Amino acid sequence: MKWRGQHDDKHAAANGLSRRWLLRLGLPGMAAAMTSLLGRAGRAAPDASGGFPSISAAGGAFRPGRPAGVPYGAPSPHESGVVRRWLKWMLPSRLSNASFTPLAALEGIITPNGLHFERHHAGVPDIDPATFRLRVHGLVDRPLAFSLEDLKRLPRISRTHFLECAGNGAVSWRRPQVNAVQFTHGLLSCCEWTGVRLQDVLALCGVREGAAWLLAEGADGVAYARSVPREMWDEALLVFAQNGEALRPEQGYPLRLLIPGTEGALNVKWLHRLELGDAPWLTREETARYADLQDDGRARLFTLVQEVNSVITTPSPENGLRRHGQQQISGIAWSGHGRIRAVDVSLDGGVNWRPARLEEPVLPRCLTRFRLPFAWRGEELLLQSRAVDEAGNVQPTYEENLKVKSARQVYHNNSITTWRVMPTGEVRHVRLA
Amino acid sequence: MCAWREKLRHARAALAAFSRPAVAALVALMAMAPVHADDWLKDDIGKPLTAAEIAIIDRDARPDGAGLPPGSGTVAAGEEAYLEHCAACHGEFGEGLGWVPALLGGEGTLATETPRKSIGSFWPHAPGVFDHVWRAMPEGHAFSLAPKQVYALTAFLLHINGLVADDFVASAQSLPRVRMPNRDGFVMPPHPRAQGMRCMTKCRNKPPRIAAQAPRKTPGVMAGEREEP
Repeated sequence: MKWRGQHDDKHAAANGLSRRWLLRLGLPGMAAAMTSLLGRAGRAAPDASGGFPSISAAGGAFRPGRPAGVPYGAPSPHESGVVRRWLKWMLPSRLSNASFTPLAALEGIITPNGLHFERHHAGVPDIDPATFRLRVHGLVDRPLAFSLEDLKRLPRISRTHFLECAGNGAVSWRRPQVNAVQFTHGLLSCCEWTGVRLQDVLALCGVREGAAWLLAEGADGVAYARSVPREMWDEALLVFAQNGEALRPEQGYPLRLLIPGTEGALNVKWLHRLELGDAPWLTREETARYADLQDDGRARLFTLVQEVNSVITTPSPENGLRRHGQQQISGIAWSGHGRIRAVDVSLDGGVNWRPARLEEPVLPRCLTRFRLPFAWRGEELLLQSRAVDEAGNVQPTYEENLKVKSARQVYHNNSITTWRVMPTGEVRHVRLA
Repeated sequence: MCAWREKLRHARAALAAFSRPAVAALVALMAMAPVHADDWLKDDIGKPLTAAEIAIIDRDARPDGAGLPPGSGTVAAGEEAYLEHCAACHGEFGEGLGWVPALLGGEGTLATETPRKSIGSFWPHAPGVFDHVWRAMPEGHAFSLAPKQVYALTAFLLHINGLVADDFVASAQSLPRVRMPNRDGFVMPPHPRAQGMRCMTKCRNKPPRIAAQAPRKTPGVMAGEREEP
């Protein structure tokens, strides 16, 4: 909208009015001011452009465009604030770190590839697809090595799924610490993934009787390795593309495991080895990490499915309310157990709820956008969203969650989040009692 | 690998030896023969891995010790290797430095408000120590240490946690027999699932009260290399 502001500015300057004065009026006010200003300037009528800037307007309201044919397009420079961010005090290692998706700035359900959240355990390897091999061995009849070309000759399928880090919401278990949906929920993204079925690859190798677990190993600096139970093999994909283009390096280029609805760390990136065995490996990354410690000191292994969850992205700490009147609540819901069936929204801290409208498409194990219009007259609000999935799971409050989980478990926080909308329109992350 | 793949290789070798007209004739013959297209096409997806190739890539260790490579290492050799490869990040005594985790301590803390997870207090099996040091340490250098160094480091780490004596020799035979204090501290699925209630009106007994609020500004927000004001 900057070109419009500039146009206004020109006329405003001509009439001795400051740009600041116009901005204070807001957009509707600006339009009204425009009309009166044009009248006072002695023009009989707006020019043929109907008040819109045109190339023929004196001085040229349009900025010179950028040349067409830029080899790889980038967002408008005016969107430079829509970026991944990270927290200096969380995972400060250069190799083991995480960055968060700016959920509050995104619409719909697809995360642009450059904004997909990151969680790296030891850097981003640079892998040449020409020499890349996926090697499959262990309890198989025919241990095989597959080039990327080999894999692409198998039947390809595309599916849209969310991917969520097990640690999403970890900072909020004990109390609200971060005041941005980017940091409360931004270890979450959603892409259309393209690849081949794990079972098609395993069929070529011939799975032996007794094979019950599979070790998936990545080619990063920790040779990140996780055990995958056999009941998850049917849905697992080996993906090489996201949102229509090759995987980004930080998402596992050239190949990653994708098991829809499971914790991000199970979806091993830079996947280069699969070993089949009769028992889990119990690697450090599924025992000392990514196991959920309970209050009694025991830890739950293989808590792999991301439970039903949701969050309101507007209003949110990043998207405060700027005026009274008509507003629209907008947010996202997701569940590792299937489709989202309903999302309810409360404006009064969970006393009363109303169902939000779900935006199509509603896909299994995929982000679902919900919206709800409402009128705001400047009163304080306590906004909450509560998702229900097709398996009948209802998103719990913190109180309900802590009946069966522990705040010490770090991972798997799917509790209902509360945004406090203050009379000024500012939004704060709060915990209710 | 298997019989039909072997046959195919022989057939290809035989084909190569034929003269060109003979090949053409054979191809014509084959075209008439019924072919199971699926089987035939699948055959050339993937290249067989030899035992030697598998030996190179098969680097992992299970709790029962399966997969541990040949070799061994002493606590003394491990101390030397530790000072050379590990102490710079984990501290001279394995106490941890800054964000780098401690390698010992924390016994008896798992059921408290501030659990400290170390090899001694938390890890369930000793082959896992070998596995992790081998694949992940030093940070960013997967499989950079030789198995005998990794055995030595494993022996040293178990020793500083008080789990083995100073004459312990780590090997594929000895590691699975080390009794880790928290070996029974892990629970397999199924796990209980938390459930909310889908109540729509007058859902709370007491009116909601704000118990805690996040500070307005989140500290330490970084965009790339830049800290945001």
